[in-house]
Amino acid sequence: MTVVTNSILYLSGVSVSFDGFRAINNLSLALDPGEMRAIIGPNGAGKTTMMDIITGKTRPDTGEVFFDGSVDLTRHDEADIANMGIGRKFQKPTVFESHSVEDNILLSLKGPRSILPTLFWRETQDAAKRIDDILGIVRLGDKRSALAANLSHGQKQWLEIGMLLAQDPKLLLVDEPVAGMTDAETEETARLLRDISQSHSVVVVEHDMHFVRELGVKVTCLHEGSVLSEGSLDHVSADPRVVEVYLGR
Amino acid sequence: MITAFFYRALGAKLYWVVGLLLAAAILIPASNLLLPVGHTLRVPNYAVALMGKYLTYAMLALALDLVWGYVGILSLGHGAFFALGGYAMGMYLMRQIGSRGVYGNPDLPDFMVFLNWQELPWYWWGFDNFWFAMMMVMVVPGLLAFAFGWFAFRSRVTGVYLSIITQAMTFALMLAFFRNDMGFGGNNGLTDFREILGFSVQAPATRAGLFAATCVALAVSFVVCSAITKSKLGKIMISVRDAESRTRFIGYRPEYVKLFAFVVSAIIAGIAGALYVPQVGIINPGEFAPANSIEVVVWTAIGGRGTLVGPIIGAILVNYAKTWFTAAYPELWLFALGGLFVAVTLFLPKGIVGTIGDYFAGRRERKLVEASDTPPPDLPVMRPQNAESYRGETRPQPAE
Repeated sequence: MTVVTNSILYLSGVSVSFDGFRAINNLSLALDPGEMRAIIGPNGAGKTTMMDIITGKTRPDTGEVFFDGSVDLTRHDEADIANMGIGRKFQKPTVFESHSVEDNILLSLKGPRSILPTLFWRETQDAAKRIDDILGIVRLGDKRSALAANLSHGQKQWLEIGMLLAQDPKLLLVDEPVAGMTDAETEETARLLRDISQSHSVVVVEHDMHFVRELGVKVTCLHEGSVLSEGSLDHVSADPRVVEVYLGR
Repeated sequence: MITAFFYRALGAKLYWVVGLLLAAAILIPASNLLLPVGHTLRVPNYAVALMGKYLTYAMLALALDLVWGYVGILSLGHGAFFALGGYAMGMYLMRQIGSRGVYGNPDLPDFMVFLNWQELPWYWWGFDNFWFAMMMVMVVPGLLAFAFGWFAFRSRVTGVYLSIITQAMTFALMLAFFRNDMGFGGNNGLTDFREILGFSVQAPATRAGLFAATCVALAVSFVVCSAITKSKLGKIMISVRDAESRTRFIGYRPEYVKLFAFVVSAIIAGIAGALYVPQVGIINPGEFAPANSIEVVVWTAIGGRGTLVGPIIGAILVNYAKTWFTAAYPELWLFALGGLFVAVTLFLPKGIVGTIGDYFAGRRERKLVEASDTPPPDLPVMRPQNAESYRGETRPQPAE
């Protein structure tokens, strides 16, 4: 069966349960190419599970997940999906701690992923320039030979965004990019993500409403594994159902 | 491409290790063969064989370090690859005996005549050729590692579970090789070797030659392992060790990275086993014993895993201690080994070489910090002119 959609990411009727708990319940979502979308929702709304499904970590029980129009993501594993052009930043910053900042970017850089080409890989001028550029963008130029383990929490978040940029994916899934950041850093990150969204499709999961407002994009609110409300931030935050799940009765 | 691959391995550490091994390969045989018996500088015959044996153990520990230290696969069955390489060499040596065996059968080794076998089993065919046997020394362990790794790594078996099945693998092989019907000499294994490539196995010159060959093989293995660990794939190996699932989301396939390292490591272990057998004169199923494989882990841990040099030093030191202890206080050896392992785990978790490396890395870092404090902060960020320069030895790495 081939389904062709115009969306870069298309989820329809997706459900998944863990031991009887419905983490995702009949979730449908469509993202246009080049769009940036913010996903909000209370804890346990299924935001991270949704990302797990898109990146191949979790298989949905039912439903369709299509990438780039016609690629059925439920038939591929994590490495395949990453190589098709979906990059992911984790909620808890996950960088390779025993590598230098530079090597973290180097390993993420778009390029061959199989054994022999990596065994005989040599750093080209293009690659070196790309690494310089990315380190400049995420402002880690003066930390390039430091071990990733020695970075601060915020720097690790930025390094991971740098790793995403190095992959140059078509779609970026960014899970809580500003957790643990100062207000100034949060604003910088919003600016950075807006820059990235000029040339990429982006899904951002975030709790920080101030940050979501900075992004100024369409917002989807998840609750109990399905979409509760969708639209501009003002529209969503005025929705009485959203107010109810956030504040309780 | 290949040149660049090996060029990357160059560095002070590599020059030292290879230089020392090549010096040993020349000086020790020369002293043994050229100096008169009784000369103070002469290395006695038994010592040549003993050191040759230590170096094959060092090679086995190096092989283990490639998978344990760099990819995080704690193999408790590496002795199996060593023993298989040893058996392949043993089969060649058995076929070299020819009609000089006790029963004088030109084709069948003595144990087969004793079991009333009429003809050579198919899996012994070709082992009268040295080149074929040497190929099998690498192919058999490599294939076993490939088959084992293919299923284990693709099923994402990791950690303790993987260690346990590697242990089960070597145990199963031990039980199989104990059986007479397997056709590998059962309990007694393969022994009574006479010649290798036409030279008497007992002759001091052959022993010296085998010692030199072991030095060279260890040096080559060290260069190969260094080149692998310093390549981009080597960095991916470390990434898989530290954050396996993260590497998947960047698009790498940890299962193939592990498979590659596991097969290369098994081949090195196989070659080590093949060099071990003619120097000790016997191979029997006891080599598959799980305890042997665990001992290799102890050598590697003591020397320092993830350093490549450490396991070589660890294997030589521990085995030297074993030789000394088992002669002086035989009943105390196992306590000493256990105590050493506990002490290293508690006080030197990175092993001897890792701890020394940390000390120097710390000193370098302090110097760097002092140096970087001096220039005003608005200067442009300093970076080395040559990108290669911080791939070298000077960059502090936690694994070293």
